[in-house]
Amino acid sequence: MDIPEVKRVSAVKRDHLARLAKEGKRPDGRGPDEYRPIKIERNVIKKAEGSARVKIGNTMVLAGIKLEVGEPYPDSPEEGAMSTSAELPPLASPEFEPGPPKPDAIELARVVDRGIRESKYIQLDKLCIEPGEKVWIVFIDLHILDYDGNLFDACSLAASAALQKAVIPNERYGFGDNEPLPVTSPPVSCTFVKYENFIVVDPNLDEEQIAQARFTVALDKNGDIRAMQKGLKGSFTIDEIKNNIKRAQIHAQKIRKLLEE
Amino acid sequence: MLIKDGIRMDGRKPDELRPIKIEAGVLYRADGSCYLEWGGNKIMAAVYGPREALPRHIQDPTKAIVNARYNMASFSVEERKRPGPDRRSTEISKVTSEALESVIFTELFPRTTIDVCIEVLDAEAGTRCAGITAAAVALADAGIPMRDLPVACAAGKIDGTIVLDLSSEEDKEGEADLPVAIAPRNEEILLLQMDGHLTYKEFEEALELAIKGCKEVVKLQRKALLNKYKTFEVE
Repeated sequence: MDIPEVKRVSAVKRDHLARLAKEGKRPDGRGPDEYRPIKIERNVIKKAEGSARVKIGNTMVLAGIKLEVGEPYPDSPEEGAMSTSAELPPLASPEFEPGPPKPDAIELARVVDRGIRESKYIQLDKLCIEPGEKVWIVFIDLHILDYDGNLFDACSLAASAALQKAVIPNERYGFGDNEPLPVTSPPVSCTFVKYENFIVVDPNLDEEQIAQARFTVALDKNGDIRAMQKGLKGSFTIDEIKNNIKRAQIHAQKIRKLLEE
Repeated sequence: MLIKDGIRMDGRKPDELRPIKIEAGVLYRADGSCYLEWGGNKIMAAVYGPREALPRHIQDPTKAIVNARYNMASFSVEERKRPGPDRRSTEISKVTSEALESVIFTELFPRTTIDVCIEVLDAEAGTRCAGITAAAVALADAGIPMRDLPVACAAGKIDGTIVLDLSSEEDKEGEADLPVAIAPRNEEILLLQMDGHLTYKEFEEALELAIKGCKEVVKLQRKALLNKYKTFEVE
């Protein structure tokens, strides 16, 4: 897919958003530090080892977890492995096209992957079956169903929620009973965009379309930073980045509560 | 043993469908959409268009192109499926496009495409029929003019008995599978595939049963569409 480019937004809409931004207002009436309503539903896919459907406003994504037995990486013979991919099917937006994952989908999957990997959310050291020979490989597949902005946070949240209640499919492989996937505490991701020198959390599609810069930070339960990504062609000042992280720490606490419910 | 004393492994009678749930207009971005659960299948379908067909050389100056894309989520099956199209999904996309095109008034929208996206999120036998059934509701929800509401259902043969709507085990262990899509008003066949082994007489019986199943399902499709518009209260 291509995240819709600035040129595709009408001048009228861009002017409207710019005018609102000068007054500190957003097109859907939210404050700059207000998320859209978040809804998490777990175990919605029977064939998956874990799954979650997350809605942030009109954005809807589905994360599915599958486990397979495979070979460990040579540098970590006693650890399981994980792999994250994102699919942006044409179902989710008139702008998405079929075909192999494009750079935007790959960036999305890699940013979600880093948050989970660096916070050591999945206890990969407990996923060894035979050292050097057989380990569990955890596949996190993100399926976008409705795209109205902020896929980064929706996907990260869906992945965290799906992993939280995932199982190791021992029965399918004749290893005994299924058991819960060993996880610690999940990372929480928080995304901001900047347009007209206005920085807002949880951008909707209109805001993403005119955004000059994007910033995502994944925080652990102590509010420490586990992954970051600055995207798009514009820039942030050092103070803006610092401020974004502080704002994210407050949001992450609230979102974490939703995951713990 | 798939059937005993006229009762199937999942407790159904030979001519009984699995439970079906259909909801129309579930996606915000799509022009029309449908979420459908059919037994263990979960399908999301979306329709975009009619919109300009691009690149321009694919345009048909006399009519719209109907372009259905059947895609399985990697986590929808027991063993993880590699994302992206394979030979099976490419074939299903083709026959689905053709089945849907035959009921759409494509001549009203020259040089456009009508894109139909079918995402299988959870799979348990009969996904192509479920996909077509969901796509039909999404097309109607998008306001695409059609001469009928297409619908699909499979019949098959297990332990020598003709049954409706095969389950996963029945599909694997059974003797034949016959997915059928029809335009229910005049019973025109829009899609027909078959694999396995049927005598001519068994085929007649299976086709009749599949059509009977289709006519059950079309009631649920209509109900889903009516439900969407019922939610508008008139003061």
